[in-house]
Amino acid sequence: MAADVHKKKSWEVPNGSLAPGDGQHAERSESPTPGLAQGTEPGAGQEGAMFVHTRSYEDLTSPEDGAAVARSPEERRGEPAEQSSMEQISKDFSELSTQLTGIALDLEEEMRPGKEGKLEPSPQTNRRDSVLSGKEEEDVTMDAWRMHRKHVFVLSEAGKPVYSRYGSEEALSSTMGVMMALVSFLEAEKNAIRSIHADGYKVVFVRRSPLVLVAVARTQQSEQEIAHELLYIYYQILSLLTWTQLNHIFQQKQNYDLRRLLAGSERITDNLLDLMAHDPSFLMGAVRCLPLAASVRDAVSSSLQQAKAKSLVFSILLSGNQLVSLVRKKDQFLHPIDLHLLFNLISSSSSFREGEAWTPICLPKFNSSGFFHAHISYLEQEMDLCLLLVSTDREDFFTVSDCKRRFQERLRRRGVHHALQEALRTPFYSVAQVGIPDLRHFIYKSKSSGLFTSPEIEAPYVQEEEKERLLGLYQYLHSRAHNSSRPLKNIYFTGPRENLLAWVTNAFELYVCYSPLGTKAGAINAVNKLMKWIRKEEDRLFILTPQTY
Amino acid sequence: MQISWFLQKIQFCLENCNLSQTFHFSDTGVGKSSIVWRFVEDSFDPNINPTIGASFMTKTVQYQNELHKFLIWDTAGQERFRALAPMYYRGSAAAIIVYDITKEETFSTLKNWVKELRQHGPPNIVVAIAGNKCDLNDVREVMEKDAKDYADSIHAIFVETSAKNAININELFIEISRRIPSTDTNPPSSGKGFKLRRQPSVTKRSCC
Repeated sequence: MAADVHKKKSWEVPNGSLAPGDGQHAERSESPTPGLAQGTEPGAGQEGAMFVHTRSYEDLTSPEDGAAVARSPEERRGEPAEQSSMEQISKDFSELSTQLTGIALDLEEEMRPGKEGKLEPSPQTNRRDSVLSGKEEEDVTMDAWRMHRKHVFVLSEAGKPVYSRYGSEEALSSTMGVMMALVSFLEAEKNAIRSIHADGYKVVFVRRSPLVLVAVARTQQSEQEIAHELLYIYYQILSLLTWTQLNHIFQQKQNYDLRRLLAGSERITDNLLDLMAHDPSFLMGAVRCLPLAASVRDAVSSSLQQAKAKSLVFSILLSGNQLVSLVRKKDQFLHPIDLHLLFNLISSSSSFREGEAWTPICLPKFNSSGFFHAHISYLEQEMDLCLLLVSTDREDFFTVSDCKRRFQERLRRRGVHHALQEALRTPFYSVAQVGIPDLRHFIYKSKSSGLFTSPEIEAPYVQEEEKERLLGLYQYLHSRAHNSSRPLKNIYFTGPRENLLAWVTNAFELYVCYSPLGTKAGAINAVNKLMKWIRKEEDRLFILTPQTY
Repeated sequence: MQISWFLQKIQFCLENCNLSQTFHFSDTGVGKSSIVWRFVEDSFDPNINPTIGASFMTKTVQYQNELHKFLIWDTAGQERFRALAPMYYRGSAAAIIVYDITKEETFSTLKNWVKELRQHGPPNIVVAIAGNKCDLNDVREVMEKDAKDYADSIHAIFVETSAKNAININELFIEISRRIPSTDTNPPSSGKGFKLRRQPSVTKRSCC
């Protein structure tokens, strides 16, 4: 794996306090200050975190071939029980099936010599189906194709096309051949290609054996951020196949056409790319919660907690791409990336709207070698409330389905159904509630809880391009703040159409957008007021008391 | 009147639903999910998304003096999920295998499914073959007679259906329900059957 585009960065953290808070939050301060210790910032969980602790997207680049999420030593220090719980995890999940099915078996059969004729699947099996993926294939020779802001290509190391965001893979096979040639040419010199910058385009390469991912972008994003998005695509593919199976396939047959196994999943990958272009969750490496009164959320969480089963690992209730509640098995932490992939899966297909879906899914950051089985269903037809129950046992459908029934029953008995419906009617809050005139928008992330909050994007960011431009500005600030060679803690950015401020500490990250007429002093004053407001509202905007079974 | 609760677990085995990218503008695969939707909800969505994994639905219908409850697994047709099929057909009383009358290759895949069911499926499984999209007679590639002859040769139920125009969907399920031996005379074997038998009380509550 000499070709990793990003080497794992050595993260020197001055006080080494990156571990999730241990629950000692007696000194939750009224008015947060820059010196705020992690775990006491607004939005920090009071009883430990729900998620594996991450440091923004740098964490993405850690290897995924381990049995569990790789963690750095300084993180481990804060969790004495870590070692034993990790053992437990590997014990619990050693039983997870590595292979979906008999796919690998089929493969072996196919690869037996003398069956050459059968090796190439019939063309119709392979061709990307415009009908299935819900969009027309574009002619790759047309200007319109060239004008897309961001192209994404996935290919195998043999240079075979696996995925293209626009246009059919067949038509692009020679282009992909050139890409692979570039990668191998530099590799021959024991070097690795990371990016090409030319003519306003960035061509970014990410190598994750046995796949190569390439983006061609005209966006303002940094190379690092584009690589980050490519990694998400890689994880998306792993979530369908597992790392183990992916490697097994290519070990058996280097020039395997992976599109055959990924058929029908293009829609999911397309959706992920679209989502990343307008949802800050991916940039922040965090999850947004549906604003909900603490009492209602607690009632929902305990109903979820009580509807448990032996094989259940995570019970997740979500609405849109916002988290309503998450209950996890004790000692098992979900990674925000895995949760993003689940959110994406659900938002990418309307097929979950009817009946109860039962599908294998790999959570690559949790365990890239096995499949979980997810029970996915909407609670009510007209309500945008989706329940996701993640089980380790593929035979357990009826048990898990019964958990759903029990959860709904408890919800009804506790009488929170109505309150939930009410909350769903206003899934976003307005920035006007904060009461700062020049404030247009903000993103606040609590590092210890892995959650962030953000108001609805309002005027003047009405049009889609304007919204993307705002996210682009946040991306720019984020990349400056997290620049590996020169990270910044405070940034004040004055632009022609808005002013922005970024403030990154060990405990939180805050990105604020003001009208262009305000002053820097005014902006700093507003930040203090905003932080107080978030503290005041934290039990509504965040999940402060995560539950476990 | 005596009402007995029957549990019938019906499985949809679908052949690979990858469509060739011909001039066709139709928005579904061979239409397994569309058939289920038509049967369960009596609705049709031309823009239905491909199924991911498998989808479980139930429907109770009255047949003569009995209520029949169908537990339906609508499985995804994609290759990725293919090896999951045994999990669904293992405890099933019937399997509906759907092909698209406008695509010859879907009929060939169907034969492979029949073979697999005969080899690995439950011994008494009722097999039904549905040639969907019979509203598209103009672009037909599979002759009704060929399919009918094939179905007869394997003692399978055969109908041509149209989920879009609601042709023969209910008939298909009624015929299946007629052919499935009643649970009294032929109780489902093993623990799987026990689980299923508990199901009626659950559903009774939720549908009243």
